[in-house]
Amino acid sequence: MHTRNASSAEAVDASPSWPEDIFSVLQRFDVRQVPYVPDAGHSQLIERVLGEPSMRAVPLTTEEEGIALLAGGWAGGQRGVLLMQSSGVGNCVNMFSLTQIFRFPFLTLVTMRGEWGEFNPWQVPMGSATAGVLELSGIKVLRALHENEVREVVEAGAGQAYNACTPTAVLLSQRLIGAKVFTK
Amino acid sequence: MSKANLLERRNVVSALLSGRKDAIVVGGLGASTYDIAAAGDHERNFYLWGGMGGAVMIGLGVALAQPKLPVVVITGDGEMLMGMGSLATVGLQMPGNLTIIVLDNEVYGETGGQASHTGANTELVGVAKACGISDARSLATMAEIEAFAPSMQDVSAGPRFVSIKIDSANLERVLASRDGSYIVTRIRGALGFSPI
Repeated sequence: MHTRNASSAEAVDASPSWPEDIFSVLQRFDVRQVPYVPDAGHSQLIERVLGEPSMRAVPLTTEEEGIALLAGGWAGGQRGVLLMQSSGVGNCVNMFSLTQIFRFPFLTLVTMRGEWGEFNPWQVPMGSATAGVLELSGIKVLRALHENEVREVVEAGAGQAYNACTPTAVLLSQRLIGAKVFTK
Repeated sequence: MSKANLLERRNVVSALLSGRKDAIVVGGLGASTYDIAAAGDHERNFYLWGGMGGAVMIGLGVALAQPKLPVVVITGDGEMLMGMGSLATVGLQMPGNLTIIVLDNEVYGETGGQASHTGANTELVGVAKACGISDARSLATMAEIEAFAPSMQDVSAGPRFVSIKIDSANLERVLASRDGSYIVTRIRGALGFSPI
């Protein structure tokens, strides 16, 4: 099991390759707007996006802003992806309506908390409800459990979102990311 | 809480949009969308009937995708209050082509006229300024609004935030299209993008 340290100084040691796999899929699909609420599990990908001139990273105050942003971006001719953690899915519920109403190519990549060795009980209720909330909102759910399947799963998610306008969430399992280690 | 000489919302929106040219106009759910429709249906109108709190972010998405086009969000005080964090997000991105107009009647008109926070202690121009939107102002007369409207065409000097206190009378609804796919596909078509 991978672990990641709560101290940011050590957060990037031994960088895994799956965030790079995701980045290359996003580039290939010409993703231009990348709204996010920061999550440690997305930190490497966020750094890559911030360094890529063809992509616009848009830090949000709450995740639901990202859905509205991507609807507007699509009307203006650009594709995007929303990066968030599982708790953020709960902040989005009414705004998910836009994915059904506009039938726009919505893709979100969700790093999971509240499963696989979680330390913090506050993450468990929303983490347990994440897939159900997405499905009830009309969003297809795909999941990547292991490092070697991330590229394939994100590719499938991006394909059905952007080619078939099928709103899709890819859950990146806590087993893949590693349970957060809390130290004093 | 009634104040004298408040502006009539349809006159305000008509004056703002009469010289709109290529601008894309986003209307927050409720009366703002009816006001935009009343000023004349347009293929670049982005009508919202839901997604409360999302109008500014939809405008930001369009503005970032189309930086050479003026983008105008026209919404109400209740809708703006629900998406107040989006002013911080705009203040970070600083899109030069985005203008946010709040038609502030200090009530939730669509649901029976319950008082909103802006009739008491919340001052949205101050919120916008504190989020880094330095061009934030109140407009109080039709002459001020007519003088301001052409500045929305300048796509390099934004973002702008404007609060306009309006009369709280509920006017007859002017129903815009409520078919989201049609609305977005029509805007995309006007910008030269084909359906999938």
